[in-house]
Amino acid sequence: MSQIVISVENLSKAYRLGQIGTGTLTNDLKVWWAKKLGKPNPMLTVGEADHGNHDGETLWALKDVSFQVEQGEVMGIIGPNGAGKSTLLKILSRVTAPTGGCVKVKGRIASLLEVGTGFHPDLTGRENIYLNGAILGMSKEEVRRKFDEIVSFAEIEKFVDTPVKRYSSGMYVRLAFAVAAHLESEILLVDEVLAVGDAAFQKKCLGKIGNVASNEGRTVLFVSHNMESIQSLCKRVLLLKSGHVILDGGSEKVIHEYITLATNDKTAVSFVDLTSLQPTTSPIRISYARIINSDGITSTSIPCGGSFTIEVGLISSGKGERIFFDFVLKDEYGVHLALISSYFAYSEDVIVKDKIIAFARVENTNLATGRYSIDLMIHRYGGEKIVDLQEAMTIDIVSSDFYGTGKIPSKSLGLICLPCKWTFK
Amino acid sequence: MENTPITDTNSSKYWDLIIRPKRNLFALPIAELWKYKDLIGMFVRRDFVSVYKQTILGPLWYLIQPLLTTITFTVIFGNIAKLPTDGLPQFLFYMSGTVIWTYFATCLTKTSTIFVDNSPLFGKVYFPRLAVPISILISNLITFGIQFAFFLAFMAYFAIRGSVFSPNLWILFSPVLILMMAGLGLGLGLLISSMTTKYRDLRFLVQFGVTLLMYATPVIYPESSIPVRFQLLIKANPMTPIAETFRYAFLGAGTINPSDLVYSFLFMVVVVIIGTVVFNRVEATFMDTV
Repeated sequence: MSQIVISVENLSKAYRLGQIGTGTLTNDLKVWWAKKLGKPNPMLTVGEADHGNHDGETLWALKDVSFQVEQGEVMGIIGPNGAGKSTLLKILSRVTAPTGGCVKVKGRIASLLEVGTGFHPDLTGRENIYLNGAILGMSKEEVRRKFDEIVSFAEIEKFVDTPVKRYSSGMYVRLAFAVAAHLESEILLVDEVLAVGDAAFQKKCLGKIGNVASNEGRTVLFVSHNMESIQSLCKRVLLLKSGHVILDGGSEKVIHEYITLATNDKTAVSFVDLTSLQPTTSPIRISYARIINSDGITSTSIPCGGSFTIEVGLISSGKGERIFFDFVLKDEYGVHLALISSYFAYSEDVIVKDKIIAFARVENTNLATGRYSIDLMIHRYGGEKIVDLQEAMTIDIVSSDFYGTGKIPSKSLGLICLPCKWTFK
Repeated sequence: MENTPITDTNSSKYWDLIIRPKRNLFALPIAELWKYKDLIGMFVRRDFVSVYKQTILGPLWYLIQPLLTTITFTVIFGNIAKLPTDGLPQFLFYMSGTVIWTYFATCLTKTSTIFVDNSPLFGKVYFPRLAVPISILISNLITFGIQFAFFLAFMAYFAIRGSVFSPNLWILFSPVLILMMAGLGLGLGLLISSMTTKYRDLRFLVQFGVTLLMYATPVIYPESSIPVRFQLLIKANPMTPIAETFRYAFLGAGTINPSDLVYSFLFMVVVVIIGTVVFNRVEATFMDTV
């Protein structure tokens, strides 16, 4: 049993909504005056008034969060967007103050919240190493001692005396990570830094983080959306949602819980009302579209390898025309990944009537985890496009146990998961 | 949670750091700032180096700026408007004013934008925030030193040419004057920077206000030439006695009034205290508003 180095006790952080002000004194006075007269806030955009999860005008980014971390532990923190992960790290790194509760820390904390902050573009790599080290709390002497190690870890030996503005983004990130990772702090906070850099360097960073904990006895708190790296690094994981700790325990159990949570997440916009996007004069219009998961529930989160159904409702003023549906699945860069088309996959013609509801069921969605968009298009036979809704909906493919081995493939390892079987002789 | 405390984790001595919601508003983290002295040094260096990287004239700009301003003032206010200079050589008169005013003005304007300028940095890492304004004071002090030496060189040149002016023992008082200017610039700058986190429009007020304030300070005219009805206004400006005393110390002409100096000093102390309190208040949560 080792000693406790971080003790978070009933930590809460509230953000005031709407009260932060409009940014200018004159507008603030207008708001204040309107409040005094009992009028509605003049600076609110129409329809902006109701946010979901706040009491009064306060949003609790963290509410009564308590946990303890032992020395040498690598603890992962996961949760959906807005769960409070980054707020927690910000409080730990003292960037912002909590509203209630307290955090007790033994040892020095260094944070690696976003690499490259504090770099001055005009200064050389060498100057920036010293500057960045100082910002992170290292003395000049400490940096000097680690200088060679930092440079060689970042693989920028040749460019040490070049201004960092001429660096490639990869070099930039490597250097920044290297400085932070070589800090002599007892506790290291890491937030999503590994989303950058090439795969080899990411691997190197992960290795370094793991090394830091197991060999040097340092404690690491690691926030990531990448379940693979969480799983490989952390024995213990904290699952946050809406500012609360949902689960705290072994990584496998917590990650499983997180995936279940994400799959059933109904807060995402899974039902799209598309009527307003098309001219009323158009003879055929799509009224709504939604994605249904394998349990028949509306959801945009589909596990990798799972199945889903796109449901599209159609209203038409005419009858008798022959049409076909084209749904294009695209990745974040707009690359067409797949065409879900009734032209190819449905052997008969679709004849227009007043209302049609189309269901396109897709099975074995073996796409890597990530967000994809779907274009909805309807064509007349002969090619004329009647409806063309670009990126009308999005779908999130979430990690799952695709291979049945308990290991989760991530997007960086390939866009498509091909089902494969290994044998050895 | 599943872990039970092993050692005496209840004792506050066990922990190195306890993060709590409220902080002491009057706290000046001197010890912590000392630990970060290397950072302050790096900031000063960065301010210097980044100014003249990728320029042709490099560090010469530190001399060109006051020189051009002084020449402009000499031509416009001295030769065209024919403002009095208490019998001093016009060039030296305007240069002394320019050099000290520049120190105060840059301290003020640079400090007043620290939150907005550094928000990406402040939002990511912790270090005592006061390190930034302090490094600004120091780097400007060095600039001031360079420009002041330049001024002394011109003094020597004019002395050789036979101009009459009489430096005196008030010179020994000049470190106090510099401290007062630094304090005023820092205090006002901290105050404004804390408010700009909420109200960005104050930035424009600063740019404009500093220029206006210069005309309310005896930079381009001597205090003795002010009509009586403006006397009170000019005297209410804490920079007035500083500028006058400074000029008197080195050139031997002007008005020195100890009670005005005391007023300026107290003004500076109050502004620094208020500035620090407001700064400490804003610092804790400013990331939520910027």
